[in-house]
Amino acid sequence: MSLEDLYREVILDHYRSPRNKGHLDSPDAVAQGVNPLCGDEITIELGFEGDLVSQIAIDGQGCSISQSSASMMTEAIKGKTRAEIETLTQRFRDMMSLDGETDIGLDPERPGAVLGDLEALQGVRKYPVRIKCASLGWNVLLEALGNEQATSND
Amino acid sequence: MIDLSHLKADFPVLSNGVHFLDSGASSQKPIPVLEAMDRFARTSYANVHRGAYKLSVAATDAYESARARVAAFIGATDPRELIFTRGTTTSLNTVAFGWGLEHLRPGDRILTTEIEHHANLVPWQMVAKRTGATLDHVPMTDGFRLDLDVYEQKLGPDVKVVAVTGMSNVLGIMPPVRTISDLAHRHGARVVVDAAQLVPHSPVDVVALGADFVAFSSHKMLGPTGIGVLWGRMDALEEMEPFEGGGEMISDVTLFEATWAEIPHRFEAGTPPIVEAVGLHAAIDYLESIGMDDVLQHDRELTGIALQQLSDLPGLTVQGPLDLEERGGVISMTMDGVHAHDLATILDDEDVAVRAGHHCAKPLMRRLGVGATARASFYVYSTEEDIDALVKALRRAGDLFGLGT
Repeated sequence: MSLEDLYREVILDHYRSPRNKGHLDSPDAVAQGVNPLCGDEITIELGFEGDLVSQIAIDGQGCSISQSSASMMTEAIKGKTRAEIETLTQRFRDMMSLDGETDIGLDPERPGAVLGDLEALQGVRKYPVRIKCASLGWNVLLEALGNEQATSND
Repeated sequence: MIDLSHLKADFPVLSNGVHFLDSGASSQKPIPVLEAMDRFARTSYANVHRGAYKLSVAATDAYESARARVAAFIGATDPRELIFTRGTTTSLNTVAFGWGLEHLRPGDRILTTEIEHHANLVPWQMVAKRTGATLDHVPMTDGFRLDLDVYEQKLGPDVKVVAVTGMSNVLGIMPPVRTISDLAHRHGARVVVDAAQLVPHSPVDVVALGADFVAFSSHKMLGPTGIGVLWGRMDALEEMEPFEGGGEMISDVTLFEATWAEIPHRFEAGTPPIVEAVGLHAAIDYLESIGMDDVLQHDRELTGIALQQLSDLPGLTVQGPLDLEERGGVISMTMDGVHAHDLATILDDEDVAVRAGHHCAKPLMRRLGVGATARASFYVYSTEEDIDALVKALRRAGDLFGLGT
């Protein structure tokens, strides 16, 4: 396991040019998260069409792992239903899990076929202190989804 | 050039080749410190100030002898002015709550600075809230020094306490505490110095320093964790109420009230860190065998070499002064396009251990306009090879992130 496996080009590309960066005009749900240990920050805004996440915008600052993971996440979940997003989130968490034995259904013959660019984050698993960085955006996403639910239940 | 490279062999953790550049967070422990603690725990350990038996008397002697040793080390005229705490943070809280709650009133001002560690900021915020006193801050100049002109303007009869660092854990600068103290005293304010970085890295004479309270930790000066020091001038300590109550700190107790033991014992509630005091004693012996003038000079020489080499690196900015005047061995840096955490991970891959983050100084990070920095800090066991490894790893970080050289 080398540093080059951690800092793959696709990760650096998302870090330098985050996708879906900015703000929505009238988001249906917003959540913000901070990693208090290192100061990474991510804000997520969601727009829904029925059960679909039709729009997403992120803003934040921090290391390449936290910011690229959030950027890739926006691409992965846009246009997906809540149920699909839950499945994706679980897959991502499995990919980050420390044992490395969990079969998360990635196809080694076809890299990126299942989780897209996100599969490039597999290397983070070998750097346990950085898993929190990679997970920050996903935790904020779940919070944002919860916030929307709370609003619609009102 | 002072050569201390022979000392490295005294530090077992360093034997695996790690380039340990995080002494500002905590220092490594030399064999004499480890052995002194081990020997004491095996042969002489008991609780202190209690038993009439020989073992407890021996332990009490060792504990009080550590107090006298620390007092002599920092030039205190009376060992009773020396209070053992859990560390710098507890020392500063002891002053903020023990002295601040007693003497601060609505309308009073607490003057701290923009460059403080949270430990010399948050306790004062808590005490301000409880007493109605207000907080004010001395700004940093663009040259990374405290703005003493503004400091002088901010002083006034309503300023009751000035809380300042003796050496910044981010910038490395050593503010002129003597001048700051003299000016504060002209207005009747008490001066509290966070010396967590200063005492381990510089000769300190608390009388010459001129402050009223000085706080520092053992674990940053080759000693164990779990013990720290609060020195106070006797007249200042007499103005202070105990911050913690419990055993060992009382003279008499009824079901309704208690009277306090003599200073310093009234400020040491509960069983103190006894083995740790023995370790701190040994750490001071070790430092004095080198000589604190040489400790400082060695840090400064390495800092000069590092600053020189870092100036060649593309995209790298040192967040602190580039001259060595009144500066210790702490270098904070940022690299364009590479976040501090990524720097730390890449450096770790080259076995270079640095700290990345806000260094418990978030207001200063905002003032510097950065979210985080990577920080290299030196101590007696640091060498030029450590700096070479640092620079090589920083180059690799630049290459990985495509900064081009």
